[in-house]
Amino acid sequence: MTATLLDALALLGNFDHRLLEIVGLSLRVSLSALAIGALLGLPLGAWLAVADFRGRGALIVALNALMGLPSVVVGVLVYLALSRSGPFGSYGLLFSPAAMIVAQSVLVVPLIAAVSRQIVEDAWKEYAPEFSVIGIGRPQAVMLLLADCRFSLSVATLAGLGRAMSEVGAVMIVGGNIDGYTRVMTTAIALETSKGDLALSVALGIVLMSIILGLNVVAHGVRCWAARRYG
Amino acid sequence: MFPLRIAGLRFAPEGRAVLDGVDLELGGEGITVILGPNGAGKTVLLRLLAGLLPATGGTLAWGDSPLPDGRLAMVFQQPMMLRMSVYTNVEFALRPQALNAAERRRRAQEVLERVGLADRACDCARLLSGGERQRLALARAWAMRPRLLLLDEPTASLDPSATEQVERIVREIRTEGAKVLMTTHNLGQATRLADDIVFLAAGRVQEHAPAQRFFAHPQSPAARAYLQGELPWRIAFDR
Repeated sequence: MTATLLDALALLGNFDHRLLEIVGLSLRVSLSALAIGALLGLPLGAWLAVADFRGRGALIVALNALMGLPSVVVGVLVYLALSRSGPFGSYGLLFSPAAMIVAQSVLVVPLIAAVSRQIVEDAWKEYAPEFSVIGIGRPQAVMLLLADCRFSLSVATLAGLGRAMSEVGAVMIVGGNIDGYTRVMTTAIALETSKGDLALSVALGIVLMSIILGLNVVAHGVRCWAARRYG
Repeated sequence: MFPLRIAGLRFAPEGRAVLDGVDLELGGEGITVILGPNGAGKTVLLRLLAGLLPATGGTLAWGDSPLPDGRLAMVFQQPMMLRMSVYTNVEFALRPQALNAAERRRRAQEVLERVGLADRACDCARLLSGGERQRLALARAWAMRPRLLLLDEPTASLDPSATEQVERIVREIRTEGAKVLMTTHNLGQATRLADDIVFLAAGRVQEHAPAQRFFAHPQSPAARAYLQGELPWRIAFDR
């Protein structure tokens, strides 16, 4: 075990080309999925927080349930949609980084939307009477609330990145884990462990854990700074 | 928009009457203070006028119209503060009005000057003290150039110095032509600010009279009993 750990540290210390390639692709895919997730999830969550329509409760329940959507199920659904016989088969995206971005976006959008809905709704309850007297309409309220809750929402967004980076099932199914093309950290760890190349698995695990830990440190820092700066 | 005529106004959620037939007529000038014990329906009355609650019955007539002309502002007991600068907390309230950015900036800076918060314009609003927050809320309302300003216990939990600053601003807003309708439990404040008093109890207007007459010779038994509970203020007024 010590030898494996030393080998893993050596890979990290030597900036192993294969390892860097996998980490680079992982970050590219997950950050792209996060950008899409934030772009869709934040306005969706904020709109749901202030909207008043029949069936809103059911939509919130559905959105909350989608937070726990198993990634393999998402993988299968996206696979079916992107496969040659699927509705988007003509784009030829299956087994490409783009397919992995789509799958991770499907996982991240409900998470960001559900968490941001709760955050924005709490603020909306506090602000709604004054917004009403001032004459702020709902579209304007959505924009103001997104800006007002930006620090809490940034934490929700970071949670989305954590979800995207740590999932394995969906990217394995739609990406195919092709060496040098669609192999990301989680799929590489699964494969290398089964092959017995534990050093690379451990090295990737260290990188993955460091990123997740780093995200949490950043999230905590943002919260603390915002509390001091903005109350 | 004026006179504001309130006739038989009722608010009875789930059958429990909070306001039970309020009749009142208010002119477009001066400061009207609504007094009354806790639970009398003072805040509910303001919220009904602001359109934040639906009346169960009765009518509101704003001059010749059933709706206010939009020039209405309200300051709440605990005013909301966006997690943004003091300046932005005023400026955003002007966005629904048809004003360009330069005019919004000019108005926001002007009212911040007048409430003594110009030097805090770039600070975060949530870090202001209670008194400063209330002045900021008044600045926000003032910037909207309201014809009717509703104030719901604007100095509750403020110290005497902060209360004096808020009262000075309320007088200035009144001087500029806005009608002020406010609730308070502070009888000293009512004697200092009010042109007329509306005394509300048991969901109804028990008395509506000029302030001096109300404090010197309250007509209704409920108002007399209420004022006797605040003896030091009554003595000060009688003197």
